[in-house]
Formats: sequence, C-alpha cells, structure tokens
Amino acid sequence: MSSCTYREAVREAIRQAMLADERVFCMGEDIGHYGGCYAVTLGLLEEFGPERIRDTPLSESAFVGAGIGAALGGLRPIVEVMTVNFSLLALDQILNNAATLRYMSGGQLSVPLVIRMATGAGRQVAAQHSHSLEGWYAHIPGLRVLAPATIEDARGMLQPALDDPDPVIIFEHAGLYNDKGDLPGGAGPVAIEGAVARREGQDVTLVAYGGTLRVALGAAEELAAAGVSAEVVDLRCLRPLDSATVAASVAKTHRVVVLDEGWRTGSLAAEVASRVGEDCFYDLDAPVARVCTAEVPIPYAKHLEDAALPQVSDVVAAVHRLGG
Amino acid sequence: MTLSRPPGDVEVDARRHLLTEMLRIRRFEERCVELYSATEIRGFLHLSIGEEACAVGVMQALGAEDAIVSTYREHGHALARGLSMRSIMAELEGKVDGCSRGRGGSMHLFDVDARFYGGNAIVAGGLPLAVGLALADHLTGRQRVTACFFGDGAVAEGEFHESMNLAALWHLPVLFCCENNLYAMGTSLSLTESETDLSLKAAAYRMPSWEVDGMDVVAVAQAAEEAAAAVRAGGGPHFLELRTYRFRAHSMYDPDRYRDKTEIEAWRHRDPITLLGDQLRASGDLDDIALETMEGDIVGEIDDAVEFAAASALEPAEDLERFVTTMETER
Repeated sequence: MSSCTYREAVREAIRQAMLADERVFCMGEDIGHYGGCYAVTLGLLEEFGPERIRDTPLSESAFVGAGIGAALGGLRPIVEVMTVNFSLLALDQILNNAATLRYMSGGQLSVPLVIRMATGAGRQVAAQHSHSLEGWYAHIPGLRVLAPATIEDARGMLQPALDDPDPVIIFEHAGLYNDKGDLPGGAGPVAIEGAVARREGQDVTLVAYGGTLRVALGAAEELAAAGVSAEVVDLRCLRPLDSATVAASVAKTHRVVVLDEGWRTGSLAAEVASRVGEDCFYDLDAPVARVCTAEVPIPYAKHLEDAALPQVSDVVAAVHRLGG
Repeated sequence: MTLSRPPGDVEVDARRHLLTEMLRIRRFEERCVELYSATEIRGFLHLSIGEEACAVGVMQALGAEDAIVSTYREHGHALARGLSMRSIMAELEGKVDGCSRGRGGSMHLFDVDARFYGGNAIVAGGLPLAVGLALADHLTGRQRVTACFFGDGAVAEGEFHESMNLAALWHLPVLFCCENNLYAMGTSLSLTESETDLSLKAAAYRMPSWEVDGMDVVAVAQAAEEAAAAVRAGGGPHFLELRTYRFRAHSMYDPDRYRDKTEIEAWRHRDPITLLGDQLRASGDLDDIALETMEGDIVGEIDDAVEFAAASALEPAEDLERFVTTMETER
C-alpha cells in the first residue's frame, strides 16, 4: 500500500502507459511547460520530452481533431482538455469524427483515442469552468465515457481506455485531484465497464458517479446514524451504462435516489431513473427520487454555489421523503 | 511561388491518362444525375463537374503510402485515388458492397486500404484529422504526405485557422488543397471574406502557397508534384489554391439563383476536359478514334458499376447497430 493523491494516480497512469508503449503521447493546453492546469502532467515534459508531451495552442478543435487523426495514423494519443466547458469548442470533432468514423466507414476505421478532461464545480470558479456535461457525452453512440471517482479508478482506468480501439472520454472531477488515499501495491488496470457497490446496504440505493460519490457516501454515513442502511452504487462508466448492477441493488432495497451534478432536466440521472422505471417497476416501494444540481449556471459566491450543488443534507432529506 | 516547368514537359501518355481520369469522373457523375432522377440515388449529391482537374491533378503527386482527407464533394477524389467505381456506385445506392457498406452515402466514402479517410460533410471538419494523420507520420518518422481537400468556404471556419497554425507550428507534412470554386454553397467569397486572396491566409501562417489554374490539369499536377515533394522532403506544410468552378449547382436541391448565367458560360469555355483534349488534338496526340475508344471504355466501366450496384444486396436491418463500436462490430 502506498499513499497518493488522485492527481498523482492519474499522472502515474500516464507515465506507465508512456513507458510501456511508444505510440502513447500527450497533447493539450499547458500540459508541458506549465505542468498541467491541474498539475496532473507536472514533470512529464522533463521525463519524456516535447515530442511526446506536446503543448498546444488554444485550439481545442484542432488538437482534439489531430488526436483523432493521429489515432487513425496508428498512435495512441492522450488528449487533455482543460475543462468540459472548453470541450464544447471541440464538440464537432468529438461527435462528428471520433464517435462517427467507425460507423460511417462501415467498420473500416478505428479511433483509439483517449480524451481526459476536468469536470464539476465546488471551487468558486463560476459558470464557465464548473459545469458537469458528462451526460451530454454519455448521450453519444460510439463513445465510451468514464468517471473515475476513486484513486484506484483514477490509476487504473487509463490503460484499458488506451487499449480500447474506440474513443474514450475520461471525466476527472476537479474537486477530487487533492483527495488522498491508499493505493494497493502494484495497482494496475481496472475494468472500464460496470458499476460497483461502494457500500452495502439494505434500505435504499444511492446511485452516484464521479464527484457525487463522496456526497452519497457522506449521506450513507448520516443515514446509518439514523438507522437507515444505504447502499451506494458508483456508476463508474457512464456509457455504456450498467443498468443491471443498479437493478440488482434496487431489487434488494426497493428504494432509489439518483445523484447527479448535472442539471436535472435531460440529465444522466434522468436516464438512470428511467431505466429503473423500466427494469425495476415491480421492485419499487417508492417513486424514484433524484438529487441534481439546481437549474442555474453555476454561481461564483460560495453560499450560492453550495446551494446549487447536491449536498449530503439534500440526499438525506430525499431518502427520508421516500418513507418506509 | 511560381511554377518552374512549362506545361509541355509532361509525357503524352501521362496527359492522355489525365484526360481519361477526368472523363471517368465527368461521365460517372453525369450517370449519377440520371440515377438520382430515377430515385436510385437519394440524399445529398454534390457534383464536381467542372472541378475534375483538381482531383486528378493532385492525385498524380501522391503515392500509395500517402493519405487523403476529402470533403462531401468527393466522387472525383475517390475515383482519382483509385477506389473502385463499383464500390462507389454501390455506396451511392446504399448497398452492402458500397465502400462504406451503405452507411455513408455520397458524402462519406472511405477506403482504409487506399488511405482515403473519407468525405467530411462538416466544412473544415477534415482539416484537424489531416493534421493528426501527418502528426502520426512525423512522430513515427514516416516520409508520407497527407493531402487535405477543402473548399473556399472552409477558410471562414475556425478549424481552418487552427489547423493551418498547428500544421505550420509543428512543421507537419500536410498538403492543403483548397478548391476555390468561388462559392460557399450559394454565397460568393466576396460576400463572406474580408480578404479574398486566400494565399495571404497561408502566408499569415508562414506557409508556402501556390496559386494554380484549377482548370488546367497539367498545371495542377505539376504544382502538386512540386509541393508534395517539398512536403515529403521535410519542408513542412504547403498550401495549394486551386482556382476552379463547378458547372452544376451546389447539390441536386439547389436552384442556382445566385450565379449569373454568363459567368457560368464563361467558365464553361475553360472546361478542363476540353482544354486538355484540344491541346492533345493540336499536338496530334489525340484523334476521334482514340477519344471514342476512351469514352467507350468509360461507359463500359460505368455500366459495369451500375450493374454491380443494382445486384448488390442491402445490409440486413438487423445489422443496424454493427460498427458503432468495436464491441458492436464483433457481434
């Protein structure tokens, strides 16, 4: 066991991937000389040189598209986009090329590209740096969408994502980078499909992913003190979505609250809730509940930002409203 | 930059080949119009009639190891690159033997063996891909060229400027081929660009640019060969502005209200096929019999392609979800 941060876990995953395979290289804004806007790639320029740690201009469309082209050309690019808000400038490339080329070419082309980006709020950086648009990407056929919520997943998801012949987007919640935890010695690749129960429980299922996992675990702690046993399911992979693990949990608990840092309307939580309705109707003892971000652009002031985001108290209250 | 070689330098056989290739594209697309009217082909159909010299000329400069990124007006590029006419026609008819198994249609022809990375229907959307293909060649030390076609409309897009900058900044082996037919769909360059001299845009990125008569296939071939050689030799990206014109409307839906008939007529007098044909006749290198043979062979190839497409099956609808991802491909 060794102790490390989420940030260090991602960095180590990149290092090991680059050491293992010459085809792997990184590009993105400020990943080299600056060290990465979240310091994930700090030191990698010195270790691997400017050909493999490539600082790019502020040209999201061009460097994401170049990542797609380089993947077509036989390389294994890791493209870093600073935040999901900025990724909108590259949405054309991600949707119209990365996600589409295999299908549109009748199966001839492969785009083994990994795009990493920060997501999420909680740092008072306001509406153009804080949104959670994972649900938008999870909407798109042809992509795999991952949301590592733990240090082990942060360390282990990258290599299998690089091994995937199709494009993979990894969302790293910016509030997790400083999280510290123990990584088992020799920690390596993890599965990049399937949800997992992070806490066992009997009375209610809390479904979460990425930044909301800790909110769900915090709520489960409080609920336990009140005599309610909550099971916490971490979705991990947002596309393809593992409905079966959610359904198995609901079959046991008969109640479910879905957490999402995205907006409620048209959200990933809406998709999960809808699937629970389709798959678990006769198992449910209460309506499916959701705790999502308020439908506002994320505000700057701390008290307003807190009010906008899913909090432990919101989840506990939602569970109590379910009754039983 | 100016051309260093006179047009007469190219061998007669090579010029006959250029004529044949342009005629193949012209007659193929004329047949496409008939098939469209007969509802065998549907969707958007963008014809390159009038622009054949660009496709044929540039392809002369490329080898099998080079890559091509194209646009939605791409039948000519695909034919000149050597994709089989059968596979293209089957694709236009949405058949399983089409080069994209009927999933792409006219705007999305792909052939990985020919390193033909498709028609992109997002204007300028292919430029970043070309930069990436060239980056892969750069990082692996392969001496290849990626030719990237796009129209004059693309220069208004951010992706054009981002890609030009990135290719020049990283000194990547891209041959940018701008087919300037003066109209972005129905709006003329003069109504959309503050600077209509496109070579100046390349100059802003310190990229060598060549203005070429896009109706003269020999001039296009020579310029492309010199530019591609420079790119291949490590000279960084080059930019060809191919000044051309489409004789037909933008697509089958376009009533063509925005162009003066006299302008179209004037350009028709510079038809690239007639121009080269007349030159070959004048020098005694082409006569009626040779031309009839050429036309006959082409009709035969088109008839065969149409027959092949008609006989080709439709992909079973149960396979709708195949090829979305590798997992779904391998089902």
